[in-house]
Amino acid sequence: MEKDLNWREFVITRAIKASGYSAIVFVLLIFFFLLREGLPTLGEVSLSNLFSTRWYPIEDYFGILPLITGSLIVTVGAALVAIPFGIGTAVYIAEIAPRWMREILKPLVELLGGLPSVVLGFLGILVLSPWIRVVLDLPTGLTAFTGSLLLGGIAVPTVVSVAEDALDTVPRAYREGAWALGATKWQTIWRVTLPAARSGVLTGVMLGIGRAIGETMTVMMVTGNAPVMALTPGSLFSPVRTMTATIAAEMGEVASGSVHYHTLFFIGMVLFLISLAVNIAASTVVFRSKKRAERILS
Amino acid sequence: MNRHLNQRLGFSLLTLTAVFTVVPILGVIVYILVQGSPAISWEFLTAVPRSGMREGGILPAIIGTFYLTLGTAVFSVPLGIAAAIYLSEYAADNRWTRLIRLAIINLAGIPSVVYGLFGLGLFVLFLNFGTSILAASLTLSIMTLPVIISTAEEALRAVPQAFRTVSVSLGATRWQTIRRIVVPQALPGILTGVILGLERAAGETAPILFTGAAFFLPRLPGSVFDATMALPYHLFVISTQVPEMPVKIQYGTALVLLVFVLGMNLVATVIRSRARARRQW
Repeated sequence: MEKDLNWREFVITRAIKASGYSAIVFVLLIFFFLLREGLPTLGEVSLSNLFSTRWYPIEDYFGILPLITGSLIVTVGAALVAIPFGIGTAVYIAEIAPRWMREILKPLVELLGGLPSVVLGFLGILVLSPWIRVVLDLPTGLTAFTGSLLLGGIAVPTVVSVAEDALDTVPRAYREGAWALGATKWQTIWRVTLPAARSGVLTGVMLGIGRAIGETMTVMMVTGNAPVMALTPGSLFSPVRTMTATIAAEMGEVASGSVHYHTLFFIGMVLFLISLAVNIAASTVVFRSKKRAERILS
Repeated sequence: MNRHLNQRLGFSLLTLTAVFTVVPILGVIVYILVQGSPAISWEFLTAVPRSGMREGGILPAIIGTFYLTLGTAVFSVPLGIAAAIYLSEYAADNRWTRLIRLAIINLAGIPSVVYGLFGLGLFVLFLNFGTSILAASLTLSIMTLPVIISTAEEALRAVPQAFRTVSVSLGATRWQTIRRIVVPQALPGILTGVILGLERAAGETAPILFTGAAFFLPRLPGSVFDATMALPYHLFVISTQVPEMPVKIQYGTALVLLVFVLGMNLVATVIRSRARARRQW
């Protein structure tokens, strides 16, 4: 009996430990399969073709630069929306809103995070883009700008929840100290609370931007899908095509093992590395600031 | 005084940003509710699509999303909870544990379409599952894992240390303590995390695009090796790929998807607030 119990405990503990390590295994597996299917591109497509400005796979033009600039411009636009609205809402919820208001707002913002991106893309096609076309007097409403607005909305919940957590963990004594010195609540927010929560707020912004780069369905539906170089701010108001949208739109139609197939995996590999960089950077910001706080407190 | 005027202006500005963030969310939900409800009928919910999807119902898509969510739960819930138990109850604070945490953060950040590529490479082609419910569910499971692990770990950590100490002092083993004391106490929190993770899986399109979603399949899937229609993919298809699609059916499909996803969100919120009210520690 005793022995049986020990043996069961041993097996279960091992199984739990293995599950604990599964996250590492999955990240490695994902990277391995992206490399396996994506790297052959480097042997099949010349570098000058791969890094050219023309994406037209039917005639063997595999320039990924238009897709990268497309992703970039839509993401920058999304950040311009998500940063002010995300941080503003986080400060409002954490510092200004009365308790009952906070209880309503937090779940509502979380709800936005749960809205399927395909629903936002759908409304983008039917409601937002016709409106943008008329108001801005453009030939089409399916532009990088439309994508930026919606992506900004998708990134906002991430920014809000991480930034609000960070503001929440600023010790109350910091604020009380500022008030005691005669600062108004507004001055306290700007000069004390926000700077103290800086690293958390920054993490929220980075994770939000990471979310925007990786978003697929919404951008595919509303940005017009034209693989052209987007280098000037004016490109914001014309159709573009992002890396994610290219993969999603074309992977269904290519033969597995073809050059086009390998190139789409190569783009996926680039996306994977970008998200890896963003997330590692975001988490080192947190680790570093934690260490600094520990130093100050000890 | 000037600085008080400043404060009033600043507060108004922040209130305004909060309003501009929240109003569109409510707007989206109300708008789809109003536009979509005329399309909802018994036939719409229980019939298969007809006339190139322009008439009839969306039953295969509803059932498909249900199967995919269930399949995702089968793989991700046990694995996710076990991983959370490891991190909260067993793992020492060392380099390996930090690496696991980094891996979880990275899994959470990988773009959904990259999960789709991975699923295509590993499950559909390498393991030869084909475009199937199985391949799509496995892909969605890995995507859902970080959400479940991090929320479940948080719930487990919230259980006071004294509970564990008392249990072990009464002669229980570590695993008995976890199974009989810690997990039951943390269950509402774990459940909330599980539902929020599955909610995300139910609404995702990109990971199932090349792993299990069918453009049009006017029958119910017969086994886990069949492809299936799914609500999010169906909405994508009828709003971009089918010309002269009646708007009413599009809004109806969006409404059903929204009810499916927000319904799960609501259940999670209710579980969480009830557990908070009942909690004795």
